[in-house]
Amino acid sequence: MEAVVFVFSLLDCCALIFLSVYFIITLSDLECDYINARSCCSKLNKWVIPELVGHTIVTVLMLISLHWFIFLLNLPVATWNIYRFIMVPSGNMGVFDPTEIHNRGQLKSHMKEAMIKLGFHLLCFFMYLYSMILALIND
Amino acid sequence: MSAPAGSPHPAASSRIPPKLGGAAAASGAAAPAGPGPGPHQQNGPAQNQMQVPSGYGLPPQSYIAPSGHYSQGPGKMTSLPLDSQCDDYYSGLYRVATQNVVTPNTASQQPGAQQMYGSVPPAPHVVGSTLGSFQGAGSSASHLHTSASQPYSSFVNRYNSPAMYSANSSVAAQGFPSTCGHYALSTVSNAAYPSVSYPSLPAGDPYGQQMFTSQNAPTVRPVRENSFSGQSTAISHPSPLPPPPSQQYHQQQSLSGYNTFAWSASGLPSTQDNLIQNHTSLATANNPTNPVADTLSCSVMQNVQPPKSSPVVSAVLSGASSTRTPPAAGRPVEPLASVARPSELLQQKGVDSSSTTSSASPMPNSYDALEGGSYPDMLSSSASSPAPDPAPEPDPAPAPAPAAPQPSKMAKPFGYGYPTLQPGYQNATAPLNSGVPPSSPMYSGFQQYAQYPGMNQLSSSLGGLNLQSSSQPESLRPVNLTQERNILPMTPVWAPVPNLNLDLKKLNCSPDSFRCTLTNIPQTQALLNKAKLPLGLLLHPFRDLTQLPVITSNTIVRCRSCRTYINPFVSFIDQRRWKCNLCYRVNDVPEEFMYNPLTRSYGEPHKRPEVQNSTVEFIASSDYMLRPPQPAVYLFVLDVSHNAVEAGYLTILCQSLLENLDKLPGDSRTRIGFMTFDSTIHFYNLQEGLSQPQMLIVSDIDDVFLPTPDSLLVNLYESKELIKDLLNALPNMFTDTRETHSALGPALQAAFKLMSPTGGRVSVFQTQLPSLGAGLLQSREDPNQRSSTKVVQHLGPATDFYKKLALDCSGQQTAVDLFLLSSQYSDLASLACMSKYSAGCIYYYPSFHYTHNPSQAEKLQKDLKRYLTRKIGFEAVMRIRCTKGLSMHTFHGNFFVRSTDLLSLANINPDAGFAVQLSIEESLTDTSLVCFQTALLYTSSKGERRIRVHTLCLPVVSSLADVYAGADVQASICLLANMAVDRSISSSLSDARDALVNAVVDSLSAYGSTVSNLQHSGLIAPSSLKLFPLYVLALLKQKAFRTGTSTRLDDRVYAMCQIKCQPLVHLMKMIHPNLYRVDRLTDEGAIHVNDRVVPQPPLQKLSAEKLTRDGAFLMDCGSVFYIWIGKSCDNNFIEDVLGYPNFASIPQKMTHLPELDTLSSERARSFITWLRDNRPLNPILHVVKDESPAKTEFFQHLIEDRTEAAFSYYEFLLHVQQQICK
Repeated sequence: MEAVVFVFSLLDCCALIFLSVYFIITLSDLECDYINARSCCSKLNKWVIPELVGHTIVTVLMLISLHWFIFLLNLPVATWNIYRFIMVPSGNMGVFDPTEIHNRGQLKSHMKEAMIKLGFHLLCFFMYLYSMILALIND
Repeated sequence: MSAPAGSPHPAASSRIPPKLGGAAAASGAAAPAGPGPGPHQQNGPAQNQMQVPSGYGLPPQSYIAPSGHYSQGPGKMTSLPLDSQCDDYYSGLYRVATQNVVTPNTASQQPGAQQMYGSVPPAPHVVGSTLGSFQGAGSSASHLHTSASQPYSSFVNRYNSPAMYSANSSVAAQGFPSTCGHYALSTVSNAAYPSVSYPSLPAGDPYGQQMFTSQNAPTVRPVRENSFSGQSTAISHPSPLPPPPSQQYHQQQSLSGYNTFAWSASGLPSTQDNLIQNHTSLATANNPTNPVADTLSCSVMQNVQPPKSSPVVSAVLSGASSTRTPPAAGRPVEPLASVARPSELLQQKGVDSSSTTSSASPMPNSYDALEGGSYPDMLSSSASSPAPDPAPEPDPAPAPAPAAPQPSKMAKPFGYGYPTLQPGYQNATAPLNSGVPPSSPMYSGFQQYAQYPGMNQLSSSLGGLNLQSSSQPESLRPVNLTQERNILPMTPVWAPVPNLNLDLKKLNCSPDSFRCTLTNIPQTQALLNKAKLPLGLLLHPFRDLTQLPVITSNTIVRCRSCRTYINPFVSFIDQRRWKCNLCYRVNDVPEEFMYNPLTRSYGEPHKRPEVQNSTVEFIASSDYMLRPPQPAVYLFVLDVSHNAVEAGYLTILCQSLLENLDKLPGDSRTRIGFMTFDSTIHFYNLQEGLSQPQMLIVSDIDDVFLPTPDSLLVNLYESKELIKDLLNALPNMFTDTRETHSALGPALQAAFKLMSPTGGRVSVFQTQLPSLGAGLLQSREDPNQRSSTKVVQHLGPATDFYKKLALDCSGQQTAVDLFLLSSQYSDLASLACMSKYSAGCIYYYPSFHYTHNPSQAEKLQKDLKRYLTRKIGFEAVMRIRCTKGLSMHTFHGNFFVRSTDLLSLANINPDAGFAVQLSIEESLTDTSLVCFQTALLYTSSKGERRIRVHTLCLPVVSSLADVYAGADVQASICLLANMAVDRSISSSLSDARDALVNAVVDSLSAYGSTVSNLQHSGLIAPSSLKLFPLYVLALLKQKAFRTGTSTRLDDRVYAMCQIKCQPLVHLMKMIHPNLYRVDRLTDEGAIHVNDRVVPQPPLQKLSAEKLTRDGAFLMDCGSVFYIWIGKSCDNNFIEDVLGYPNFASIPQKMTHLPELDTLSSERARSFITWLRDNRPLNPILHVVKDESPAKTEFFQHLIEDRTEAAFSYYEFLLHVQQQICK
């Protein structure tokens, strides 16, 4: 059972890693003027909810399967994701707003955030991998 | 001639630095620059040319050299390898000598002139001096500017005065004519009469300036030296005036006849008295000596011409000069040389101006023509109203700035090889030394030499000291705010002038178009952080300009790597290459650029209009088009629900449209269309050939479609009759409507569909909250919260519908302009988005009603007139570039930021302002100047693709004091206001208010702890920031940010929109209104505009203490004027101006001043008309009686007074002080 949980987490984590990389690539495209703000933001906004859902599922899964340490590790990031989503002003077009992304260094902070998430997901990936192998061996 | 070459000995140069250093501590660097920069200086083509003559040792050769323009002077100047600069400076002198050698005619003439000086003791002497100096002035003046004549007189005057001093000594006289002579003379005079020396020096200065303008590099340098010394001397004088006047003059010079100005400047330095006189003299030429001067000038003119290389001229001149020449023989070479110089300078000018001979001379001066063309208005203004112009200028520009900063710049080898810069620098450092060395060989016999340097050094060092001390007072003078009662100046606050070399200053972009919050850019972000001042730009790029050089060229010269347009601040490495001033890449000069269409000469890329004007417009080629230029397309989307019909705006709109239909900007392709909407959407088929307009109704607002694909937008000229029919019919078509709903969202979607094939302008008239279909809004305002001091909610949009729509529109080059005419809450915060992001504009008329509120109706009518007829640019993009190391991070205004530095502007109008925040990413230590360039690419209403380019150049400073000295308080406030709007929307209003207060607290405490070491109990601010707290308080009491006073949400949001998109000039009036007393207008200090006399009453501070019961006051709030009439106001005023017999009979609502045939009425009206001119929003006038209920409106603008909810100014200062002490 435990192995199944971690296999799922592992897959989910892979998806999140790819998503983070996609965010980084798209944002750096915007930075380099390869795409315009409008298309960049509409691309990214599409993936905000999948990311949020994907990460929340893992977090909840860890809570259910009583892996406290991993749950607590994931909690801040999951909370941040939800907070960010909820706090979008009503007039904005999503977490990434094309009219504001160039203002006040928002682009940079988005970039930084994507980088941190990438690192975090990589860390999680190896933890899940280790836990999965451990679980498989124990089985 | 060769003798002078010796002048710039290294030793001399070394001396120079300290002197200069005195002037500006930082400038110390300049001294080293002298030797090092030698090569750099030559970057500028002009400079190179100048250098050519430099061959001191070989006058004739050098002369020849000019032909090889770019051979650098220094090389030739073998004798003085070290002091390349010096050589340059002297090159002018040498040149003269060379000329003499080469062409006997000219030489003889020159000598003759000199002789004149020498031979004729006092009177002739004067003449001679004037001749020498004036030749240039006279020639230039005559050629170029009408104003020149005035300068003449002024010069003469000055000259006379110096002459008077020096008259005794023949030597002195000699000195006058030529710079060399100056030196000699000055030395002599110094020995004998210290005062004399001053004049001589200044004389040199003017020349230098002139030279620059004329672009005669060689002469310029020498002049500069002289000028510099002159400045320093001036500085040395205890009187505070000297430094500022010189600046003023310089500026003026740049504007008008260069020569003349220069002279005036020189005159100034010579003696304090002279300085003052000069001021006056410039304008009026009152001095008694004038007649003499005139005569002299005439002779000078002749002389000047001879110097020209052209044989014909020389002959003529020789004739003139010949008479004088005989005496010349007696004089030694020195005088000749000296004479020659000025003459040369003059000659060059003269040649240029004449243009016929220009080809002959190696360096034609296209400058005059260019300059004259480019800034005619400036000239005229200076000429017409000398008093006001010069006066304001000096104020903002601290005297110290010129001297001190320049040296520092010079130090930087960097190269901006602006021709002008280098000379300036050189002037600062070199003048003394250079002057000495050249003179020494020539005048070895004279003791002057030894004395001269000594004197110079002394004076210069003194000058330096004075400069520093004086500089402090000007913009850094600490002001104790709590003790200074009248902080507000009597005259309007002018933008500070960047502390640049004169030539750059002259070339720099007008502060009306382009302003930076810090005119001295800090070197590092750390320094900026220390100063705690905002760094940013304020732009007004599409301003209506009276004079704009338009350039048609096959190739628009741009940097290959950063795509910067060529501008006055690039450096020419040689004739074929230029170095970008933003990224420092070296680019080739294209062949076409070598030809100058203005002077019809070849080989002078540095004299092209692009390089002579910081604001230019290019006609772009097809490379700058993604599609064929679009026609002008106008669509009007009109609310015709019951509410709208009730308000009655349709009548006014249709009337305005009918009146201005022919004045709509556009060409034969102009298209126009109309849509109306209530709960359904109505289209109008205006296809040519129909007997009357067809109305097509679409009631499916959930899925809007266009009933016919074309014929909804029709050609204005082909369907004019139908359009007129429709406009006549519209106001009455919906009079009986009972439809109260408004489907604005669907109507906008339909408009977008209609416009998307072409792009253009959509004008939306809305009178209520949209209540149907997409984009419907709910009322969010709680009236009970209007005066809340805590939280103000709903400043942001309620839905992203309008933002999305705006971005769609922007993508299709369509701008949406919103006219909101509502009496109730209409959620402007949401609706405004449609204009904000599509580069539209927003007009708001609260409680509009065509009969109940006639003043609003009139305002709408006038605004519409402006709106319909003003210039418009379509499918525009604006890119702002800045020197490597700086970066832009936040933009304010109405547009969509498409990529990091590219603003997408579907439409651009002349009333749009923008702001940009900057940060310093890399240290700027290796550069002395930074430049900003705005390029606005747009399609004119005539279907031309055009690029308007503005370039601003600012110095970089390394000390905190300099940063404060260069702070532009108005620009800073406007930028802060923009930032505060962002903050209040993204965070909260109270956050924004705190941030504003913190901005004052931080900057003043940073100043107090780092720069000012005075221990005061009070609140100390540098003079440049003395208005900072006042303006911030004004912002806190502004509608956008005030709390505690009842403010409707829409009013507040509208004020925020205005802050975001108004240009600085208009925004400042909104923030801090101007108060004038108007019941005693006089013609004192009046200015003349279009044959009208406009009185200029002094500004009053915004406090009730200034309101006396027996007076009448006019308050200019930008979009509204109030005239407050005191209870016991003089009945004469009420009768003469208002047309009522006494106070009691004045009606409560009065919005016009009657046209009475009395002097005071005329004055008042001309003053108000003058204030009204060039406002984007036509201000309405309210006459407010002291007792009327409307007076609260008036009194809320008295921001220095205390209200229930806000501090008075003094309390605010105490609050700030308290915060600082924490």
